[in-house]
Amino acid sequence: MAVTKMFGAAVKRREDPRLITGHGYYTEDMNVPGQTYMAVLRSPYGHAKIRSINTEKAKKLPGVVAVFTGQDLADGGIGPLPCAWLLEVGMVNGQKMTAPEWRVLAIDKVRYTGDGVAVAIAESNAIAKDALDLIEVDYEPLPAVTNQAKAMEPGAPQLHDNAPNNVAMHWQLKNGDIDAAFASADHVVKAHFVNQRLIPNPMETHVALASWNAGAEEMTFWNTSQNPHVTRLLGTLVTGIPEHKLRVISRDVGGGFGCKISLYPGDAITLWASKQLGRPVKWVEERRENYLATAHGRDHIQDVEWAVKKDGTVLGIRVKAIANMGAYLNTGPAPGVPTWLFAPMLAGCYKFAALQSDTYGVYTNTVPTDAYRGAGRPEATFIVERGMDLIAHELKMDPVEIRRKNFIQPDEFPYTSIGTFVYDSGNYDGALNKALEMADYKGFRHRQAEARKHGKYLGIGLSTYVEVCGLGPSAGANAIGFTGGLWESAVVRMHPTGSVTVLTGSSPHGQGEETTFAQIVSSELGVPVEAVEIIHGDTGSVPFGMGTYGSRGLAVGGAALVMAARKVREKARKIAAHQLEAALDDVQYADGAFFVQGSPDKKKAIQEIAFAAYMAGNLPPGVEPMLEESHFYDPPNFVYPFGTHICEVEVDAETGVTKLVHYTAVDDCGPAVNPMIVEGQVHGGLAQGIGQALYEHGVYDDNGQLLAGSLMDYVVPTASELISFDLARTVTPSPHQPLGVKGIGETGTIGSSPAVVNAVVDALSPLGITHIDMPLTPERVWSAIQNARKP
Amino acid sequence: MFPSEFDYHRAHNVQDAIEMLGKYADSKLIAGGHSLLPMMKLRLAQPKVLIDIGQIAALHGIHADNGTLRIGALTTHYQMESSDAVKKAAPVISEAEHELADIQVRNRGTVGGNLAHADPASDLPAVMLALGAELHAVGPKGERTITADNFFVDVLTTALQPDEVLTEVRVPALKAGQGSVYVKHPHPASHYAVVGVAAVVTRDASGNCTGCRIGITGAGPKAVRARTAEAALVGKALTADNIAAAAAHAADGMDFLSDSYASENYRKHLVQVYTKRALATAAERAK
Repeated sequence: MAVTKMFGAAVKRREDPRLITGHGYYTEDMNVPGQTYMAVLRSPYGHAKIRSINTEKAKKLPGVVAVFTGQDLADGGIGPLPCAWLLEVGMVNGQKMTAPEWRVLAIDKVRYTGDGVAVAIAESNAIAKDALDLIEVDYEPLPAVTNQAKAMEPGAPQLHDNAPNNVAMHWQLKNGDIDAAFASADHVVKAHFVNQRLIPNPMETHVALASWNAGAEEMTFWNTSQNPHVTRLLGTLVTGIPEHKLRVISRDVGGGFGCKISLYPGDAITLWASKQLGRPVKWVEERRENYLATAHGRDHIQDVEWAVKKDGTVLGIRVKAIANMGAYLNTGPAPGVPTWLFAPMLAGCYKFAALQSDTYGVYTNTVPTDAYRGAGRPEATFIVERGMDLIAHELKMDPVEIRRKNFIQPDEFPYTSIGTFVYDSGNYDGALNKALEMADYKGFRHRQAEARKHGKYLGIGLSTYVEVCGLGPSAGANAIGFTGGLWESAVVRMHPTGSVTVLTGSSPHGQGEETTFAQIVSSELGVPVEAVEIIHGDTGSVPFGMGTYGSRGLAVGGAALVMAARKVREKARKIAAHQLEAALDDVQYADGAFFVQGSPDKKKAIQEIAFAAYMAGNLPPGVEPMLEESHFYDPPNFVYPFGTHICEVEVDAETGVTKLVHYTAVDDCGPAVNPMIVEGQVHGGLAQGIGQALYEHGVYDDNGQLLAGSLMDYVVPTASELISFDLARTVTPSPHQPLGVKGIGETGTIGSSPAVVNAVVDALSPLGITHIDMPLTPERVWSAIQNARKP
Repeated sequence: MFPSEFDYHRAHNVQDAIEMLGKYADSKLIAGGHSLLPMMKLRLAQPKVLIDIGQIAALHGIHADNGTLRIGALTTHYQMESSDAVKKAAPVISEAEHELADIQVRNRGTVGGNLAHADPASDLPAVMLALGAELHAVGPKGERTITADNFFVDVLTTALQPDEVLTEVRVPALKAGQGSVYVKHPHPASHYAVVGVAAVVTRDASGNCTGCRIGITGAGPKAVRARTAEAALVGKALTADNIAAAAAHAADGMDFLSDSYASENYRKHLVQVYTKRALATAAERAK
């Protein structure tokens, strides 16, 4: 591992000056001469037949360029949106899933509030919006169903003809002898959890600008994508514009959290309409539309039971999860989220002997769900870590001891979990011990006892999580039905003057990889960090890449980068040996220079070699000019970050208000390229995980109206809802990742929600309260207290 | 977020504004714009004409004289929050203004606009009720005074006539022996009051309550006085038990809103809890 001072340095994010001074390249900032503006008319009903659509008045409004309905688009050749992950392995009926047809605009029936029914394209955004008011749609409202358990019941409203009882899939993971585990249990602990629906809320909504050049017959498409090459591929599949004639640019993207993995109807329509009209078409999603029509996350109903020995050994876990898929299967990894990204992690960092998990994916009259920061793993971790507290409560053990009792030990890695995944490395006790000390766990119990005497409700909650990220080995992903590779690309190009341009297939949208990737290249090639430029998010210049999601940017994209940089270094070493007239084996690299072993004065700086490679007149035989190498990195395994989070709260029993008192997070992501960025990722993750625990809820009413439909109703936690976090790290490198690094993007979200809920339940345990479903709003907590106090 | 098309006119004085209100059908006054514009962008309000009163100098400013605080309708929330005159005469206003929205809104939003909009979850109506404020309006028929008690009629509805302009709010300055407070359970998304309680308590030398006004906002369709609770406390010693007993009546006769964040039942409970806390603090401050 080449480590110089840039690797591990807390340097400031180089992208920030541009982003915070209005010099960013966000899609909304892009404007093209002759541009038109598109607005989408969306269904006000959760479920309705479309009897007719009349667009005549809208078309006559001055300034309107075109109005299209779903039928117009289907006639014009736009295909339905595909789903990238149709499950086969694990399907209980053994059949591959089938996706319901998802038209980019509804043709005969709308299936969720916000489903598009028509678009207006006009000379200005204001005219386009005015035109929507003039489109007449005759709806016949149908009964709707938004709760996935109700949607499975006989007689529930049916969304799709090919999905009886609205069931998209019944999938199962089973390992170990689950029946034997329960037969030999001293205790069976049961729980029913609702892991609520969340709305991702990136700062930047979805934006698309499609510009067709009829002369060159080529399309330039600016888009808010987490994975522009995948967007290009999907765009080609849906619109028929050839892949080599479609350039997708997603340079600065204002957050995604998973909801910008997919191709959305608005993307496909702008592409098609620009070609149709011969003019650029821009669509800027309003915040209100973003709530209604961009993928949501989570939304599970979970029944869980654990088989437990009286000494605290957990033998097995059995889970039935009903996942709300929304009205269609989103184009991203949607079916994989409540299955493969969920069930294998139901053992957490523990040595269970058996596991069975059944997932039902169910259609409802809601916007489709998909990956949202953590994607499946928070749903699993909540079960595991809430469960450990429930088991501890049942056995009257300390929550710390029950965890220690079942931990996988440091010398047992690589460890094949009962969830079938192979954990690469870990030291769960190490992180736990550090966190307990930082949180003053022992001292807290004294303070808690004292506070209880005065009628105050203090609580502490733990979460000792492990998660899987760095998605992932392509062969494994293909085998479980994912239609795509999960490798990553990098090109490292050293210019004649020794500066470096890097092309990466990663597509950072807030993660700071322009900085961390430059730090890595600087360390690998011994060039100043300022001499390294990171280019991403443009299919016109960057080789095919898979993009940024699933905490894979550094773990996979960074690995590709390191490998390419090392190829450059190796080629430079060959040239250096030739120029130093030394045998290749005698030439070594250190700190940006090559020298002959034993005579350190005989050396060449890498910049000199770069110039020589450009001059090319004195290269060793068989070596091509220039220093440029590429690498496509397909990881041999996932990476498994872990840690311990400890939350301390005080609950106002009179109002039900939970106050965060202290939050400790000890995370292990291997060595940190930039500790400040790691902290930033943890902060953001914690905000979203605490948000789920206490605040956020994407709630629909029974008719399919989204009640939390704006930032006035849906709580995105801000600094005023949070406290200063106490952070630390332990360092357990991944043995297979070239830098030893693991992902850190999602750990905060995955680890925190159960810690917060455990803390509140701990605070209220004198009242006999054992669980409250998230979000722990004051009213929910107050109601639980009222119910507990009922005689 | 694009409003429907509208025309814009600027009024140079109050008379101007009144004439324009009569002249243009479907017109609305706009001052800070922090209540009306969001509704227009959502197309929940689609006035054909906006009459901007924001530049009328006579409607700006805070004056304290003869035990009365005169607040021009265009005074911004931040001016109220930071005014020494307000802090001296009616500190509960500064306290409530500090809790109102965020600094950007407080810099633009106006007292008059806020009160005339009558959002059921707005903070200031409760404060004006507790202080016994008077609101002055001018219309084609001249000037009139409306007490805060009579001003708030229903959701987004006040006693103002469509052709009237709210010009000034007059608040009696607190006297020795009076304590005031505003406490609030904010909605964590909007920071509007789910329940907000303002209280002014008058205490005599022996520690008895000789006066009490409680204004409650957020819980119901409009801000209201908690008259039963007020009556229950007046004449009693300001003890924790008496305050709790009075606060138990805070929700008597109230109508409640209900939403996915807080049910009717929970709002009712919060009204009682926050009234108890408000009275305890106000009584303490009255010492």
